Amino acid sequence: MSASVEVSRLVKSYGALRAVDGVDFDVRSGEVFSFLGPNGAGKTTTVEILEGLRRRTAGDVRVLGLDPWIDLARLRTRIGVTPQDFHFFPKLTPREGIRLYARLFERKVDEDELLALVQLSDKADDRYDTLSGGQHQKMGVALALVNDPELCFLDEPTTGLDPRARRAIWEVIRRLKGEGRTVFLTTHYLEEAQQLSDRISIINLGRIVATGSPDEIIRRFGRPERLRLVGESALADRLASLGLRVTRDDGAVEVELGSKADALQILETIRASGLKWESFSTRSDTLEDVFIRLVGRMENGSLPAEPEPEGGP
Amino acid sequence: MKFRNVVTYLPAFAKGYIRNPLGLFFALVFPVILILIFGSVFASSGSSPVPLTVQNLDHNSATSVAFLSALNATGAVSLSFVSPSAGNLSSYLKANSLSAGLVIPDGFASDVANRTPVDLTVYTNPAAGAEAGIVEGAVAGAANAMNLRLAGGSEVVTPEFETVGGPLYKYIDYLVPGLIGFSVLVSPMFSMVNISSTWKRDKLFRQLSLTPLTRAEWLTATLLWYVSLACLSAVLMVLLGQALFGAHVTLTLLALPFLVVAPILFVSLGLLAGSVSTQPESAGVVGNIITFPMMFLSGTFFPVALFPSWLVPVAHVLPLFYVIDGLNSAMVYNNPTEVYTDLVIVVVVALVLAVAATRLFRWRED
Ligand SMILES: Nc1ncnc2c1ncn2[C@@H]1O[C@H](COP(=O)(O)OP(=O)(O)OP(=O)(O)O)[C@@H](O)[C@H]1O
Ligand SMILES: [Mg+2]
Repeated sequence: MSASVEVSRLVKSYGALRAVDGVDFDVRSGEVFSFLGPNGAGKTTTVEILEGLRRRTAGDVRVLGLDPWIDLARLRTRIGVTPQDFHFFPKLTPREGIRLYARLFERKVDEDELLALVQLSDKADDRYDTLSGGQHQKMGVALALVNDPELCFLDEPTTGLDPRARRAIWEVIRRLKGEGRTVFLTTHYLEEAQQLSDRISIINLGRIVATGSPDEIIRRFGRPERLRLVGESALADRLASLGLRVTRDDGAVEVELGSKADALQILETIRASGLKWESFSTRSDTLEDVFIRLVGRMENGSLPAEPEPEGGP
Repeated sequence: MKFRNVVTYLPAFAKGYIRNPLGLFFALVFPVILILIFGSVFASSGSSPVPLTVQNLDHNSATSVAFLSALNATGAVSLSFVSPSAGNLSSYLKANSLSAGLVIPDGFASDVANRTPVDLTVYTNPAAGAEAGIVEGAVAGAANAMNLRLAGGSEVVTPEFETVGGPLYKYIDYLVPGLIGFSVLVSPMFSMVNISSTWKRDKLFRQLSLTPLTRAEWLTATLLWYVSLACLSAVLMVLLGQALFGAHVTLTLLALPFLVVAPILFVSLGLLAGSVSTQPESAGVVGNIITFPMMFLSGTFFPVALFPSWLVPVAHVLPLFYVIDGLNSAMVYNNPTEVYTDLVIVVVVALVLAVAATRLFRWRED
């Protein structure tokens, strides 16, 4: 698959601050690519550079084969953008906004359908300045879709939305992908990223710390699957004496598993020992666990993970 | 530049403008209020008689009545009378805040009949300025006419009074172009300062830069809107001035260039002033610092000729002065030569500001 976005050694400085500090990644055509990172990591800065709204300090950027800063005039008809802090003309209604965009882009757009897609039909004819924060955001998503874009940049489109509205946006993203479009998503909801994304990059302090599919990232940076037991405290000593890696966690005991079969063996050992237990479960790292570990590690001053070999076929 | 984009965007801008009542208020309603106020207050200036309080101590003799009716016939003064019992006229005037009075002494008729010189006492208040002169002139004129008749002579040389330029110009003739200038200044300044700061704060220009609308197209649409407003305001002011106050102003083609170029000038100036700060409050302050002195010192409400001499050079560096002067020359005096000089100055300033505004005004961030 070809790349919709290619970024290499991208740097953006605001005065002394290197908000983006040598970033490399690709976004493949037709995939949903998520950009994750803590507040101030440099996500919006990077996205705005890709959208042609911000000039980069150094590095190479290609979006749909174009340099976004120089070629914005050609690029803007092919990309859709929902900025993080979306605002619109306060006295225009969502319907008028969509019509204006449709005329400027010379596209035929069914406003009602588009408004329904983002669940904004009931506010179609209300002025923007009377809408709620979440409704503003829905309009931002709707406007990004007016020009039938090949590539959509959605910078935190679901932040501040109610659960139903959030699912509506997820449906929009799935639909875009189903239509063969590429989606560049920024989000703080790791579960959302895990569900929607083909691939993910995690950025921290202006540097990429991990890239890959959600499963790859969890496998690579997550801890092994663990058996979690609640029972009498002697359990921990008994399991440790067997040479297993044991951790205590809030009154429970966790044992790392080499494979699922290890769990049966451990449970058998406990049954044979006659020690008392109340419950057990297995647990694997989620993307959120990995994210916290990766981001926390950098904050502790250690270096980011070594660059990854490109995974996938 | 695609004119199609200009035409597409203009209605959206217009909607946003009209739905915010403040913009239209400053562009159209406020000038109407001003023409009504200033027009009514000064409607009478120059033509209305000055009030003169008369105390006739000559028992309403035929001669004194004849003199007073001659004085009344000048039309320069309107007479009101106090009875002799009111006492000293000077004190009476003071007590009643009146500024002009005339005393006809007891024995006026018999003195005149006997050709005995007799004094008419005229009280005026120097603070009343021109009014004092009018009263003195009118009384002296009536007295001279009487003297002449008593001497058996007749008037040979009779002055005819007219104002410069032909018809009698009134304050309202001056006010109409002034208020058009006011509207042309205030409506783009107030809203462009606001637009350039709040739109930048809310990243609306960034939002537009993601559409096919270019900066040039946006600016053209915006200018078209303010030019239309300027023309509308001009028509409104002229019609109101003529209908309500009989103003001698005409909507001539000579005025049109100012209605096109002045909005360009002030839209650019507003954009520049607003781009000083992304905080609408501070941008507003900057805008007001520019707008208000310009509004009062360019001859909007009063001719610059009436300014103290040290203030005149200040007016001459303000571009609005040339707009108003040009509109005056076009609409009141119909004097093309004057119009062209003013127009050249306005065009040059507009060009400089427009270039500066397009240079400094960026949609995207570095
Ligand atoms: N215009 C600017 N001028 C100066 N510094 C800026 C500017 N924009 C962003 N920064 C700084 O650059 C860093 C990265 O900001 P950015 O907005 O890219 O973060 P982000 O990852 O999008 O964060 P968030 O999750 O909070 O949206 C931050 O430290 C921020 O303070
Ligand atoms: Mg951000």
